[in-house]
Amino acid sequence: MCLAIPALVKSIDGYLAEVDIDGVTRQVSIQLTPDVKVGDYVLLHTGYAINVIDEVEAEETLKILKELSQAQ
Amino acid sequence: MKFVEEYRDPELAKKLLERIHRRSTRRIRLMEFCGGHTVSIFKHGIRQLLPQNIEMLSGPGCPVCVTAIADLDKAIALSRLPGVIIASFGDMVRVPGSRSSLQQVKAEGSDVRVVYSAQDAVYLARDNPDKSIIFIGIGFETTAPTVAASILQAEQEGIDNYYTLSLHKLCPPIMKAILDMGEVELNGIICPGHVSSIIGSYPYRFIADDYHIACAVSGFEPVDILLGVDSLVEQIEKEEYKVEIAYRRGVKPEGNPPALKLMEAVFEVSEADWRGIGIVPASGLRLRERYRRFDAEANFDIKTEPSHEAKGCICGSILRGINTPLDCRLFCKICTPEHPIGPCMVSSEGSCATYFHYGDGYGG
Repeated sequence: MCLAIPALVKSIDGYLAEVDIDGVTRQVSIQLTPDVKVGDYVLLHTGYAINVIDEVEAEETLKILKELSQAQ
Repeated sequence: MKFVEEYRDPELAKKLLERIHRRSTRRIRLMEFCGGHTVSIFKHGIRQLLPQNIEMLSGPGCPVCVTAIADLDKAIALSRLPGVIIASFGDMVRVPGSRSSLQQVKAEGSDVRVVYSAQDAVYLARDNPDKSIIFIGIGFETTAPTVAASILQAEQEGIDNYYTLSLHKLCPPIMKAILDMGEVELNGIICPGHVSSIIGSYPYRFIADDYHIACAVSGFEPVDILLGVDSLVEQIEKEEYKVEIAYRRGVKPEGNPPALKLMEAVFEVSEADWRGIGIVPASGLRLRERYRRFDAEANFDIKTEPSHEAKGCICGSILRGINTPLDCRLFCKICTPEHPIGPCMVSSEGSCATYFHYGDGYGG
């Protein structure tokens, strides 16, 4: 029920945005993420962007994971 | 898909598992609160891969499952009123009420539509001005802001035939209720990822501080979940309890402030009726007085007969974590996804459906 998937914001028109979900285009609401920009990835839940994905944190997590796997 | 594939990397998962095996020395019990986590844990065989001293339990984090049968009966009663179109998320339609289901009343002539989004229900209202559209508002803090946004949209667009039956529920209060009931002893909790994307990590601090239970907010891919378990194991071994965010790309400690602001503008905290648990104070959301004209309960005469649970169904105690589907004598025999008796078999993330689909040889 609380499923949310990453989607790439392609364009913004007021409180609506066109997003790309792994090749599928869909119009979604960005009422909950008013600061989102074109090129951001959002977490999409029931047609609403519920948050902007933090790409820096994502890279940091992967970096830590890779360091961990090399350290062993 | 970016932000998904990387977190399904078998090599990374293997390394994390090795570290968990190396560091975990105590016999511990962890609960994943969220039904989405339960599905992912089963789908990827995580229970079998973890050390035997780690027991995983599923919690009540499935909104369809925790909707009280009395509230479902209200939705069914609303569907029978003239001029009403019920808009609902898909799973809810199949859950048996005391005497019927939304699917059954649809077959009998009621207008019940499955929608993907609360916004779709607003569009349904705009396109059917002579009908009353009632959206069945279920869901935790992840979904409640979207329904709040739909109400504000309806208000802005002057749509006056859109209503919601607010059955929203809040996670931290029910976690507290389950801990206070004392029926299940826990050492750690995997906190829900997308609820936390909205509310942040601060609201769980009482669990670590007052109950000395480790908390990790986790994402939904296998590596995300293992990162969460790894954090819980570390906290428990060190006896240093906190709320760690193991899903940093999706969750900030403060959550999503604009979404919280919007949710708080439209809803106020109220008591809520939870299946298997009963009325829990301050664990739900109702519309504020200012938005009463969108409230289905305030605007329609809902007449229901006394509600009753299906005989033999133990969804309630499964949701409290004191039983598993394997303890239910209806499981797989009478109750299956094709012919569900209780909600935990209907919802795609219900414990019973998950055991049925992914458990070893239990189901199909």
